[in-house]
Amino acid sequence: MSRQSADRLLSIGLMAAGLLSGVLLLFIVLFISMESWPVLHHTSLSTLLTSTDWRPSMGGFGLLAILVGSLSVSFLALLLAAPLGLATAFYLSVYAPPKIAAFGQKLIEVMAGIPSVVFGLWGLVTLVPIMVHLSPPGTSLLTAGIVLAIMIAPTLTVFSLLAIKSVPMATVQSGRALGLGRGTILRTIILPQARPGIVTGILLALARALGETMAVMMVAGNVVHIPTSLLDPVRTLTANIALEMGYALEAHRAALFMSGLLVMLITLVIVMAAGFKSDGTDKAP
Amino acid sequence: MVSSYRSIVSPKTLAKFGAAFALAAAILYGFIPESGHGEQNRILLTGSSTIAPLAAELARAYEKAHPGTRIDVETGGSSRGISDIRRGLADIGMVSRALKPTESDLVSHLVARDGVALIVHKTNPVDGLTSDQTSALYTRKIANWSAFGGPDQKVVLVHKAQGRSTLEIFLKYFGLSDDDIRPDVVIGDNEQGIKTVAANPSAIGYVSIGTAETAIEHGNAIKLLHLDGIAASTAHVADGRFPMTRALNFVTKDTSSPKAADFIAYAQSDSADALIRSLAFVPPKR
Amino acid sequence: MKRSVSNRILATSFAGGAFLLAALFLWILGDILWRGLAGIDLAFLIQNPLNAGRSGGIRSVLVATLYIISLSIVIAAPLGLLAGMFLSELCHVYPRISRLIRQSLDTLAGVPSIIFGLFGNAVFAQYLGFRVSILTGALTLAVMILPFLIRSVEHSLRSLPAYYHRSAQALGLSRTTIMGHILLPAALPGLSTGLVLGIGRALAETAALVFTSGYVARMPGSVFDSGRALSVHIFDLAMNVPGGSTNAYKSAAVLVALLLIINLAIMALGHMRNRRRGEPNGC
Repeated sequence: MSRQSADRLLSIGLMAAGLLSGVLLLFIVLFISMESWPVLHHTSLSTLLTSTDWRPSMGGFGLLAILVGSLSVSFLALLLAAPLGLATAFYLSVYAPPKIAAFGQKLIEVMAGIPSVVFGLWGLVTLVPIMVHLSPPGTSLLTAGIVLAIMIAPTLTVFSLLAIKSVPMATVQSGRALGLGRGTILRTIILPQARPGIVTGILLALARALGETMAVMMVAGNVVHIPTSLLDPVRTLTANIALEMGYALEAHRAALFMSGLLVMLITLVIVMAAGFKSDGTDKAP
Repeated sequence: MVSSYRSIVSPKTLAKFGAAFALAAAILYGFIPESGHGEQNRILLTGSSTIAPLAAELARAYEKAHPGTRIDVETGGSSRGISDIRRGLADIGMVSRALKPTESDLVSHLVARDGVALIVHKTNPVDGLTSDQTSALYTRKIANWSAFGGPDQKVVLVHKAQGRSTLEIFLKYFGLSDDDIRPDVVIGDNEQGIKTVAANPSAIGYVSIGTAETAIEHGNAIKLLHLDGIAASTAHVADGRFPMTRALNFVTKDTSSPKAADFIAYAQSDSADALIRSLAFVPPKR
Repeated sequence: MKRSVSNRILATSFAGGAFLLAALFLWILGDILWRGLAGIDLAFLIQNPLNAGRSGGIRSVLVATLYIISLSIVIAAPLGLLAGMFLSELCHVYPRISRLIRQSLDTLAGVPSIIFGLFGNAVFAQYLGFRVSILTGALTLAVMILPFLIRSVEHSLRSLPAYYHRSAQALGLSRTTIMGHILLPAALPGLSTGLVLGIGRALAETAALVFTSGYVARMPGSVFDSGRALSVHIFDLAMNVPGGSTNAYKSAAVLVALLLIINLAIMALGHMRNRRRGEPNGC
């Protein structure tokens, strides 16, 4: 084989692999949309999004209660995780002695990789019996929010740490030379520069919360109903899929793909808003 | 400069990497062809979680008598059994109710009978409920166990997910609509219901009598409630006194494969009776 | 004066938050390992599950997990290697396509895992007719870990000093030769880091596998059989099996231990990679 044709062949091969992996996302979006389309023959899109009546065996495909369930669990988790995750990032980067900082960072990286089913197991066996004392049966919006918060806090911390570390050392040191305290340096020098990165971390944590399935399903109670209190059971869009996918047929199956499409679109918008750039910071947990 | 290319990764590392990859590929390749002959003797059953343990036991016995046959059992509810059979994803569907008029394209094979009964935590002093009391509980007209002489505790309602035949039997028997019911927990498999009730002293749920009796034998903290004064037991399902009962069916397409037919014939034969009884189900009159 | 007091309060509350989070993590990790490892013996690892997993061990589950993961890697690794090379080596030639692919891959990495499960169920199990099987699960996971593989390969190629490239070109070596003799070997550490990362992600995955590789807890006979992954086993024991919590904890401890080992491996690999850093050949 001549050298040119070998080079050509190689380029084509690489190009093909690149394109194939590039169109995967498009392919997934298309496929999920296609599979969810048939439900629109039974129910209009507006009913789907505004009705709380989810009774697939009787043709009720309202997703509103489940959508509200997803959003409330995720935002509750974010509300609980943000103060903890950010405090941890600030402490580890600015205040902690080097040894503790190194240990803390390792611990957080390890936690970011712990499977959601393990958090779910802990939630079900350890946390739910504690929550029973608040109100039986112990599976509720609050329980799911707590488990989820513990799961997404590492994401928040990892990204905030990255953002803080990208602040030029020189500016921090000049602050120190001026005799500023650590709190002042954090407030006036580090935070203004790290803010975009921290916001990215918060958004990605929110996306992760919305997409989480197993742990939430194990502790949320899974009742389709707009929650009116923290102790009400809820069902999320992802849990809806996992619970019913096993036996869903035709329109019901399509409605579950529609649940999936909703989750995917919401998380994709959030991920894109986070402006996940393709530069060096690729340590997404 | 050029010679330093070598130092990036030694040829040895490269070779090791290639070897590991080749080994993995070879193992998997060796693993694939096995399916060639395995496929003909493979039977997949999917559907009702009530039938699944029975089907698994029947399968084990059948496999022993027919070496080389492999029978897999997967749960997901009766609707999944119907759906998988229609789509050709399974050889036999497990359906824990009679077929509906809309399902006349399928053939059902009665394997056993079972009842559906209410369960509560073992420590609950209430021993039985009437049909009216059950309806009142599930529609939240009564929300506290003290109404039945129980402790002053809020009732935790455990309900089945849509598409589960136990749910349909329950609703039909009590004349309830799924609309009227606002549960605290929605569960899928029978086992999950038992687990949830066993973990909550104030919970009530409803499950297959066979599954519940087996679970009680294994030491789970639940008990079966009398319904309208009749004890929920396999014996009362067998003699017809317990009212809320159902058929446990294997379902196939018209064009059932011979291997599936042979397994069904075994499940319907007298030799299966002992197994059916051991799982607290009732063998049909043959 | 006021400032320093409020600074101190701030510092204390940050430390408090950090220690609370660490305490929660250590509680969970300790709970799993303490309860789980206590009951694990060799028999648990080499016996098949009995009585819906309540008794017996996890042998068939471990085998199924191994098959799902190694098959997904056999599928994803070549594609990831080639695509990573494309993104780092041909991005000068096709800057716009490369940018689009990169953005698409970054977004793909953010797609929730249950969506991959839906996709795998619809495409591999139904359209391609592989049913719920180890093969379907592996293909699904392959799609899922691909962005991480490509990322690591691209990353390690980019950290290659630019003069390697230039001197090779100056010598008049063909692109094929450069790729085969210089870039491919250089990409391997990145590929292995990516693979180990991918294995970690795949091991942790449940939602994408429940409807693709399925629940059957028996020893799989071929890749067309359903096989229960370790994470699915934990889920099923915890959720659907009364009296299954003990073995769920044991299985979870095995899973967490495997992931900790993988974490160590990543650290070791990362260490190797960091020692060799040159001027990046950016694009």
